[in-house]
Amino acid sequence: MLLAKSHPPSKTSSKNNSSLAQVFKKNRLVSKIWSKLRKEPQFLICLVILISYIFIGLLGLLNLLPDFQERVGGSYESPKLELAKIFGTDIFGRSVLYKILAGTQTAITMGFIVTTMAIPTGITLGALSGYYGKKTDIIVTWLYTVLSSIPNILLLIAISYSLGRGLVAVCVAMAATYWISLCRMIRGEFIKHKEAEYVLASKVLGAGDFVIIFKHILPNVIHLAIVTSSLMILSAIKAEVMLTYLGVGIQDGASWGAMITAAPGELTNGIWWSLAAVVLFMFLIIYSLNIIGDTLRDVLDPKLLN
Amino acid sequence: MLTYVIRRLLYMIPTLVGVAFLTFILFTIFGEDPVRVALGNHASEQAIRDLSEMWGLNKPYWLQFYDFLIQILTFNYGESFSSGDRLSEIFARGALVSLSLTAPPFFVGIFLNITIAMLIAYYRGSIVDRLSTILFVISMSISYLVYIIVLQYVLAYQLNWFPIQGYKSGLASIEFLLLPWLIIVLVSMGPDIRIYRTVFLDQTKADYIRTARAKGVSEQRIMSVHLLKNAMIPILTNTIISIPFLIMGAFVMERYFSIPGIGDITITAINEGDFPIIKAMTMMSAVLFAFFNLLTDLLYAVVDPRIKLS
Repeated sequence: MLLAKSHPPSKTSSKNNSSLAQVFKKNRLVSKIWSKLRKEPQFLICLVILISYIFIGLLGLLNLLPDFQERVGGSYESPKLELAKIFGTDIFGRSVLYKILAGTQTAITMGFIVTTMAIPTGITLGALSGYYGKKTDIIVTWLYTVLSSIPNILLLIAISYSLGRGLVAVCVAMAATYWISLCRMIRGEFIKHKEAEYVLASKVLGAGDFVIIFKHILPNVIHLAIVTSSLMILSAIKAEVMLTYLGVGIQDGASWGAMITAAPGELTNGIWWSLAAVVLFMFLIIYSLNIIGDTLRDVLDPKLLN
Repeated sequence: MLTYVIRRLLYMIPTLVGVAFLTFILFTIFGEDPVRVALGNHASEQAIRDLSEMWGLNKPYWLQFYDFLIQILTFNYGESFSSGDRLSEIFARGALVSLSLTAPPFFVGIFLNITIAMLIAYYRGSIVDRLSTILFVISMSISYLVYIIVLQYVLAYQLNWFPIQGYKSGLASIEFLLLPWLIIVLVSMGPDIRIYRTVFLDQTKADYIRTARAKGVSEQRIMSVHLLKNAMIPILTNTIISIPFLIMGAFVMERYFSIPGIGDITITAINEGDFPIIKAMTMMSAVLFAFFNLLTDLLYAVVDPRIKLS
């Protein structure tokens, strides 16, 4: 590839070749990663759990989940062998299971929105500040130092308060700080990689900054983003519980946080099923995300791949 | 060294200005209107105007921000909107309560978690190691609030071992703090031991350990002397950096058990639009954070002679 690029006349053919070769290489990489992941039964189980939660979330978005607002029985009925009452009912006679499913939709939506905001921000700012250094670096570093100097929960409360306490407000509040750790990691990697020989070589060959950043360096550090995103979703789910408890969580729709917040009063009246069911559902997804994150970190590390 | 410290202190200025600006935007421009909160919805126009005047809220934004910067420089944040107490007093009182809540379990946790992590690292790869790894991931997968709710219900409500909630000042507070302490230690175990274990395992691959083994040093001595000293560097810095969070308190914990620490005060202030308290708490935390960050870097250089401050 290096040789081909130094001869301008054969540029088109070399471009085709290199992109073909890259696709091949990528596929080989993907199949290599997959063959490693296949050997981790725990990872596969967790992946299935994650996918089924995403499926529930999608069903919810398509309005295919049963309405959680509907009364299915009396107030606080204990669990029965019946789909709607498998986890009992709440104070208004609503199905705990349906509430949890609606909460699953909220959690998945939240995880999706937060990652789609925070991951690209973290990657872009980290790449730019690490690669260009100087003023860009000073500004980005200043920005995340400022944001991380304020206690996270205070910032979450403040932002979601000022944006109106809805689902989107909570997501923006989380994304406003969650990009920082990824940005730091990517920045550190870019500082290391920009002096590497392969980068210097492509610079000598006339590659632009854009190509170097996104085509050459980024593939080497992108695994950090994948691992971080699974951790990000689980922090978002956990943070929602805290925010709802503190009174600045999601006000529209069902959420796991709201169900947990209602639990202390219920427990003293002997109503345990609502809390138990939410804890079980939350545990499964967070445990899965933990395991997926850990496994991907081990498997995707380029130093260990070859 | 001295020039380094001075330079770092100067670097704090733009950060603190940034924090001030962000706090100002978030709470003055977007936040609740404190005058409305204080007077209710049916207040007369005149009363609203008077109170705005008194609190300096009718000035243009840039002038309010300027006042805020002056307050930061003079460490004089004025008085609380709702109680009228001086901010420095509120902060001192709250910080003491927060520290009494967070500091004891913090130190117990460090000692306990390092010991357990060392034991696990010593038996690395064994069934104990694998089981405990799974156990810690499980413990990390449950919401902090669930720990609080369930432990309070079982230990305080059903077994009556602890008071359910509340707080008394002075030594009498211990009775009320025991359960929160227990919960904090318990919740810290999963994540902390995992980190410490990784630190220890990284060190066991180092050359100096191999040298020590080759010399015939016993495995116990390697663990407790050679390994611990080197592993302490990341652990120590990790520990110091979390001290500001101890002072700023545990928001959810204080709220749940009605412990009047800084976390509780701040949440109340946010709900009431008590801007002086919010301003003071945010700035205080930013200053603490920057200061302990610097301290960590200095300490890094002290414990690890390979690091040069530049």
